[in-house]
Amino acid sequence: MSAVTVQDLSKRYIISHQQTADTMRDALGQGVTRIWQSLRRRRRQSEEFWAVRDLSFAIPEGQVVGLIGHNGAGKSTVLKLLSRITEPTTGTIKLNGRVASLLEVGTGFHPELSGRENIFLNGAILGMTRREIERKFDEIVEFAEIERFLDTPVKRYSSGMYVRLAFGVAAHLDPEILIVDEVLAVGDQKFQDKCLGKMRDVSRQEGRTVFFVSHNLVATQSLCSRVMLMQAGRKVFDGEPTETVARYLQASSTSPEDGGKAMYHGGETAVRVNRLEFRAAAGADVIRVELGLRSSESRELAVELILTDAMGTPLALADRGTLDGDLRETIPAGESQQSWLMEVNQMANGAYRLVIQLVDPYAHVVLRYEHPQTVTIARAPRAGASRVLELNWQAGAVELPLRRE
Amino acid sequence: MSSAPEEMIIEAGKAERHYWRDLWRYRELLGFLAWRDVRVRYKQAALGLSWAIIQPVVTTVIFTVLFGRLAKMPDGGVPYPLIVLSGLLAWQLFANSLGGSSGSLVANSSLISKVYFPRLIVPLAALGVAVIDFSVVLVLFIAVSLFYGWLPGPQILLLPLFILMALAAAIGAGLWFTALTVKFRDFRFIVPFILQVGVFVTPVGFRTDFFPSWRQLMALNPMTSVVDGFRWCLLGGAQDIDPLGLAFGCGVILFGVFSGVWYFRRTEKRFADII
Repeated sequence: MSAVTVQDLSKRYIISHQQTADTMRDALGQGVTRIWQSLRRRRRQSEEFWAVRDLSFAIPEGQVVGLIGHNGAGKSTVLKLLSRITEPTTGTIKLNGRVASLLEVGTGFHPELSGRENIFLNGAILGMTRREIERKFDEIVEFAEIERFLDTPVKRYSSGMYVRLAFGVAAHLDPEILIVDEVLAVGDQKFQDKCLGKMRDVSRQEGRTVFFVSHNLVATQSLCSRVMLMQAGRKVFDGEPTETVARYLQASSTSPEDGGKAMYHGGETAVRVNRLEFRAAAGADVIRVELGLRSSESRELAVELILTDAMGTPLALADRGTLDGDLRETIPAGESQQSWLMEVNQMANGAYRLVIQLVDPYAHVVLRYEHPQTVTIARAPRAGASRVLELNWQAGAVELPLRRE
Repeated sequence: MSSAPEEMIIEAGKAERHYWRDLWRYRELLGFLAWRDVRVRYKQAALGLSWAIIQPVVTTVIFTVLFGRLAKMPDGGVPYPLIVLSGLLAWQLFANSLGGSSGSLVANSSLISKVYFPRLIVPLAALGVAVIDFSVVLVLFIAVSLFYGWLPGPQILLLPLFILMALAAAIGAGLWFTALTVKFRDFRFIVPFILQVGVFVTPVGFRTDFFPSWRQLMALNPMTSVVDGFRWCLLGGAQDIDPLGLAFGCGVILFGVFSGVWYFRRTEKRFADII
């Protein structure tokens, strides 16, 4: 029997081209204009946008299925539909068994409350009963390795502790169907491995069904036995992980860009890349990124620029505020511009992809944007050298100095 | 939750099918969210508690001087601070409940965009803090009435009904405002304004039974009958109840609750899309 059956699922959003009314004052103002317009028989411009279109698939019990696709392909909408956060426009979803969906680690954590209190709060938010939480409490604490800080408010936790605790609760949900967004891209490698291991156990040993959405192609390939590829709201491929990933890479190299016009990506806080270029100068090769930011409120966030290869494997991080929390950027409310220079003096020559992440002080990734265009590093050889490391040598992405002791 | 296999079907336009069952199933979450708000508010026990007491004490002193001494409102032999405090009990329960519930959805927007649960839980849970604050002031009221040697009569047994009435009045309006605030953010400025005006439009500082000619006009405000009811219960029948006003008030409040639930349910499907 299928654990998940999705039939002709579609989700439509209406995008209004006129400034939508966000305040009552505007709405009243627009109301007057609308009456005027209807008198003059002019209709408001609005456009339909199908985030997901005619999606059908079935997942047998115990299968681990991945979903990949570019920004705006509809992955997040599918997750939201499966999690019942938003309602489908057409179609049906049949879920057979107890569902847990994990779109974020630590949803609803309150910084003022202690670790102990947050375990109960977060557990309840994820759908556990008080009794279940009590039963699993010790296991969660052990998994998260926070015994000594149980009664400390989580605002005093390091971001690593915070993430471990949050994932600890989520990992003990014990559902029959687990729906996971890329929440594994947090924490240190050791902990990520632990989480991946836990997910593997969940599916293999306990026969649970897992639906996994990720940007990390390597993790997807190693975890899933079947991967679906989405493009512009539709499913374009469904099959072996290696083949789906190959098609994804092929599609990404040929996919047309947004008509040369940068668009914002994200919800309350959004980002767009206005310009991305490599600049060579004597001893200071940089990638220059011009970002446009838009935020509904002023926020203090760490800015992370991550260079990945075509597979999405992260190769280098340039950060402001992640390694040193004092350096977080204040993103003002409204629109703003930022230019960043990323020093790439040691990076191999070749084509990279850029991922932009904005991260809040609790290690929540507020926004993750993979820029569709590649940026090519083409450095001149260092003084005294005759060649530059090339990415396609498969020898690494960084030139490190080597000295004889 | 049960471990028995369960089947769920999500279909376009049929989200409401499981709504009331879900609401019951998520009752523990309701408790946890209310507990969270209370816990955060009283985390620093001294500050949280003293804040809950200072506010009504200061208001009581000001209103006693303003209405009792300066305006010389009739007290019918009841110590004036008790008149003010009993009115304030009702008003604060209403005001805190309305304030909390009307801001609740936006305050919990991260939850709403990441997890499913019946959204009605959010404004309901916001009542928890108001009820706890109310109990603190109730203790204060008991202390003050003991100080004046004023004991309530059997009417006190009906106080829970009027408490429910105050909460119902608040949740009815709160559901409207919180749903509207999701769509129109400037609604959050309207509620403080209503509450600011309301404390003077509602007979918090004086008794209504000495102004029979004004009573019908005042009864247009449903909170008048709630305040009257509180005084009737707490002051041992020293103040009577205007049955017509009470019936009208109940009608308005019931209409508010039903229309509030109707509007909330109608708009809640889109909260996650626009919040």
